[in-house]
Parts: sequence; C-alpha cells; structure tokens
Amino acid sequence: MIKKSLGRKTYEVINVIVLLLISFIMLYPFYYCIIASLSDNASVLAGKIGFWPIGINIKSYKLVFGYKAVFHAYGNTILYTGLGTAISLTLTVLGAYPLSRKDFYGRGVLTVFFAFTMFFSGGLIPTFLVVNALGLYNTMWAVVIPSAINTMNMIIMRTFFQGIPDALEEAAVVDGATEMQTLLRIILPLSLPSIMTIGLFYAVGQWNSWFSAMIYLQDSSKYPLQLVLRQIVLQNQVNEIIGTVAGSLTEDATQMVSENIKYTVIIVAVFPILCVYPFVQKYFVKGVMVGSIKG
Amino acid sequence: MRKFRRIIKNRHLYLMIAPVVIWYFLFCYMPMFGLVIAFKDYNVFTGVFESPFIGLYQFERFFNSIYFWRLIRNTFIISFMGLVMNFPAPIILALMFNELKDGAFKKATQTISYLPHFISTVIIVGMYTTFLAPENGLINNIIARLGGERVYFLAEPRYFRMLYIIMDIWRSVGWGSIIYLAALAGVETELYEACIIDGGGYWRQLWHITLPGIAPTIVIMLILRIGQLMSVGYESIILMYSPATYSTGDVISTYVYRVGLVDADYSFSTAVGMFNSVISLILLVTANTISRRVGETSLW
Repeated sequence: MIKKSLGRKTYEVINVIVLLLISFIMLYPFYYCIIASLSDNASVLAGKIGFWPIGINIKSYKLVFGYKAVFHAYGNTILYTGLGTAISLTLTVLGAYPLSRKDFYGRGVLTVFFAFTMFFSGGLIPTFLVVNALGLYNTMWAVVIPSAINTMNMIIMRTFFQGIPDALEEAAVVDGATEMQTLLRIILPLSLPSIMTIGLFYAVGQWNSWFSAMIYLQDSSKYPLQLVLRQIVLQNQVNEIIGTVAGSLTEDATQMVSENIKYTVIIVAVFPILCVYPFVQKYFVKGVMVGSIKG
Repeated sequence: MRKFRRIIKNRHLYLMIAPVVIWYFLFCYMPMFGLVIAFKDYNVFTGVFESPFIGLYQFERFFNSIYFWRLIRNTFIISFMGLVMNFPAPIILALMFNELKDGAFKKATQTISYLPHFISTVIIVGMYTTFLAPENGLINNIIARLGGERVYFLAEPRYFRMLYIIMDIWRSVGWGSIIYLAALAGVETELYEACIIDGGGYWRQLWHITLPGIAPTIVIMLILRIGQLMSVGYESIILMYSPATYSTGDVISTYVYRVGLVDADYSFSTAVGMFNSVISLILLVTANTISRRVGETSLW
C-alpha cells in the first residue's frame, strides 16, 4: 500500500470541501424557495429568511392552487407530456429499428438523411411557417409533433437495437414472424431499459418545454405549466392570481403577497420533478454513458 | 442477395420507417426549403412561390443595420466567454468526482449536481430573477446586510453577460461531467501504476496520463460545442433580457426571434437566421477538419 503524502491528503480534504460547497450551491436555491413559500409575507419582504421558514403558513399555496389557470395548466402539461412521450417514443422506435438491421437496403442513405438535420436546420421562421401551413397553429399538436423526434435519441436507440443478437431475429423469422411481430414480441421486451430511458428523456423535455407553446398557442386555456409560470414569475402577472381569488386587496398587501406567490409557484412547478428525480436519475446517467461511448 | 429481393423481403421495414421519413421531411427538410424566402420579399398572402424575388436585399439590410455589429459582438463575446468558462468546468468537476472513493458521498454529490439540468429554463431563470430582484431578492438582501448598496442586476447591461454565464454553468456543469467521468473510467489503471513507480506524483499523473487519456473525448465535445457557438442559449436569454439589456445581451438568435415573431418581418428574420446557421456550419466543419489534420479525433 503506497503511503499518501501529506500534500495528497490535504488535496483530498480540499476536494471534499469544494464538492460540499458545490452541492450546497446546487441545492440552496430550491431550499430557499421552499422555506420562503412557507413563510409569512412580511418576513419574506424584510429579507429575514435564511435557513428556516418564519411564520409558517400555507396561505400562498391555497392562493396558487385556487388560481384556475395554474390548475388548468398542470392538466395541460400532464396531457402534453403523456401524449408527446408516446408519440416521440413510437416514432423513435419505428425509425431506430429498421436502421439497426444490417440487411436493410438504404440504411446508409437514410442515416445521413436523419443525421444531417443535427447540423443544419431551416431555422425559427421557416419552421414556424411550415407548422402553420399544416394547420397546427393554436392546437396541442403544434406542441407535441414538430419536436417529436430527437435525432440523437434515435441514434442511441439504434445502437441499443444493434446490441441484440441477430440469432434471435433469425429465430423469429424462422418461426414465421413478420417484421412488426419481431419488433413487438422480441426486440421491445428485450430493450425495455433503453426504451424507458429514452422515454424519460422525452418526458422531461416535454414537461419542461415552453417555447413551442409560446409561439404556437393562442388560447391561454391551452397553456402548459411552464408558460403560466413564466407569466407569473417573469412577467409579473401575479395580480391576476390575487385579484381573482382573494378579492380586492390594498396595494401594499398586493406587494406583500406577490413576492411569496412567486416562490410558491416555483415550488409548485418544480415539485414533481424534484420528487421523481432521485429514483429516475440513474436511468438518465446510464443512457448518456452508453449512448455517448458507443454512439 | 439481389437488391430487389432484399427490398421485397424487408418491405415491412420500409412501412415502419415511412412515418419517420415523412416527419423529417415535413418538419426538418421543408423548413430548409423554406429558407428560400430569405431571398424574397415574402408576403403571407401571396405565398412562398408568388412573392417577388429580391436577391440579397434582406442580407444587405442586415449587414447595414445599426444592430449588426452589436449582435455579432454580443454573440461572439457571450459564446467565447461561455467556451472559456463553461467548457473546462465539467472537466474539472469530473476530475474532482474521480478523486472520491466510491460510496454514498460520491453518489450523493453527483446526483445533486445533475439536478439543475432537469429543471426547466423557466424555473431556473425565475429563481434567478427573483433572487436578483432589487427590493426583496436574496442576493440584494445579503448585500444590504453587509452594508452595501442594492443593485438592480438584471437591468444593468454590464452585468448581463456574466450573469448569463453563471446561470449556464450552474445548470450544465453537473450533467456535462458525466461524459468526462465515463472517459476517465476508461483510462487504464496500469498506466497510473507505471507512473507512480516511475516516481510521478499527482500532478505528473494528471498531466501525462489522465489528460491525454480523455483528450479524444475533450476534442469531440469541443467540436460539438463550436457547432453550437452561434445559437447561444436563446431560450434562456429571451427569458432573462429586457430592452434595458439589449446592448449586451441581444444575440443573433434572439434578434431572429424578435424580428420574426414579434415584428413578423418573416423574410428578414429568415435571412438573419440563415446567416447564423451557415456561419455555424462553417465553424463546425472548420473545427472538425482542423481536428482531423492535427490529431486523430474528429466527428466524421
């Protein structure tokens, strides 16, 4: 066992301290939002919040959940995420499987056809005009379809499919299975981990998306959560919440409540991700590692 | 097997991939064809083909516009600042993680560092904006407590670029470190042992074994990054900037958005966007070619 020098040991200690600091910087913003949302307004405004909530109450949560737009937007986001992930996964699998087959004539050409789009694109306006020309403006499809396929994800999935032994496919053919049956009965069950991973990538992307919704949706009833969040936190439309739910308030009171509301809304929007994340993150990490090394 | 027979045999595969090809055609390639309106005076009512062809007029408009140099300057400054500060950060973080013994602490810190990547831009900028607020923001509260004067950070042009870079690092350093960690794991341990036997200390090992070991990964990531230089995170900038900070924060991609979707000057916006994409492509190909000549690693 090689003895570690004092310098080496010091370095290791400093390493740990720095990493602790980094972890703190990553977590503290969320923590602050949580405690600020649970505190009473006056303390938040006075800047007294540091590590503990003061005057714990859930008034602001009641206000936020009572605001119909938030409620509605939550439902929209869940719908878009579910629908979007299903569509994305289906298209990605349908594209990746043929590409993974060595005997698929035209494989090289199609791969270039798909991959080229990663390096060059028409840009914002041409895409916008195409989507509108297809009649998707102000429909939920505009949020879900134009962004359905991520070429990188499809390549990663192709790599996973390529890892499945040919012998299995050949056995299926011998048994008289059609391509579709081979895909559904044999390949998919075997690739479940990778499909789950890619599915999660798409799901998180769709949950967090807001730009497509902003440019294609006109009815605010169709807005997803992130867009409503943007209105409240960044465009200061807090007054609508307070106005519609709490009746009329004096201007001071409005100012007091609005700071609190911002933190509350942030937590409401981020909470599902924070909950799901610890369980799900290992899939992401593995997906990235395999995808990047082999792909 | 003859080509024809292969196609017949695999006909179902073609059926499978058909919707995918259609999707790419509709949403990737048709917009590319749509770039042609950059050379026209596009009118929504007359349509793409009927609108008059005006050549490079829109491009000249852009080059002669008072904003041209500002946009180029901002785009390049923010991109290069990002490159210099944000590119090494995940590598350094990966090296730090690599030092740790496997265990709960290592896993915990890594997991925590990936978290910001999964939070939406809106939430991140939302938190950022709220913390930087002049009256009640956390940062200003601390400054006031320490006796300083409150600053309206996001309204001051001189702070914008730094603020954006800091946010970008916070967001992406953890996730970015994954790739480098994987590369670090791939460096053979015998090399380290040989170095130690030869009397090499930590820094020697780092310089002669570790860094050369992950060099191919670094080069590929660098090339990819250069390919994205021009499209400098426009989503987050749109959320963060305001007319007060256009002078330092407005980049080409945000200008494309404003001019195209807010002012509805479609042809002009497309021309500027096309300029952006073409420069991006040139940078990417150049970086890849240089890398291929100088070393052995390249994207293609």
